[in-house]
Amino acid sequence: MLLRYRAREGMLAWAFHRISGVAIWLFVVIHVVDIYLVGGDPKAYNTILQVYASTPGRIVEVLLGAALLYHALNGLRILIIDLWPVMTVYHRALWYASWVIFVVVGIPGAVIILRPVIGPALGIGA
Amino acid sequence: MVTIDPRTAGRSRPQGSGFELFVWYLMRITGVMLFVLALAHFSIMHFVFDPSQENASWIAARWGSLAWRVFDWTLLMMVLFHSFMGVRTVITDYVHGARARLLTMSTLYVVAIILFAAGTAVVLTLPVVA
Repeated sequence: MLLRYRAREGMLAWAFHRISGVAIWLFVVIHVVDIYLVGGDPKAYNTILQVYASTPGRIVEVLLGAALLYHALNGLRILIIDLWPVMTVYHRALWYASWVIFVVVGIPGAVIILRPVIGPALGIGA
Repeated sequence: MVTIDPRTAGRSRPQGSGFELFVWYLMRITGVMLFVLALAHFSIMHFVFDPSQENASWIAARWGSLAWRVFDWTLLMMVLFHSFMGVRTVITDYVHGARARLLTMSTLYVVAIILFAAGTAVVLTLPVVA
């Protein structure tokens, strides 16, 4: 879809918002079930938490964090446009601004989550 | 008056239905609350602490504080409304047959009710540990 259309910023912002939203929804379904197990079956919960702390788990968490951060920032952009329709004129600038915040906040966040994986290679310890 | 290109406008405020307008506003209100609550929750669980130190007894100790139970339950209510109403919009956009629409929407609401019940139950009933 994204390759077939000559997509511009507004369409990409919308498509990424939808894709990240559905991804977060899928995680929420899984996450409420695993939190239920804290009371229902603590041993099973502890096993699941080991997956969260594993290398593949951490990579998924970085992707989840990226989806969450993008959806939050672009959601703020949508809200600004909804409340002040005149801002629609600057919707592109707002989108680029959200990417600046995404990178500035997201890169350090990803490094923190991946530290046990990439730390030894970078010499900063786990 | 600025004219706005409909190709770049957002999902416009619903006209003519009180319910849809109500949902439209609630999506925005829960969105702002989630901007704070969900990002705070992610930061606490992954930046302040780390999944390697979290387990069932760690959660139980954290839920020894009523404030964290209230925080987590509020986050649950916001995220259930926002995410399920968001997927409802996605279904409205892509699923058109009457039977398929009924089936997907019913499944969506049943899953939402189950998660509401399961999440609320664990927040209310997990024993307080000293």
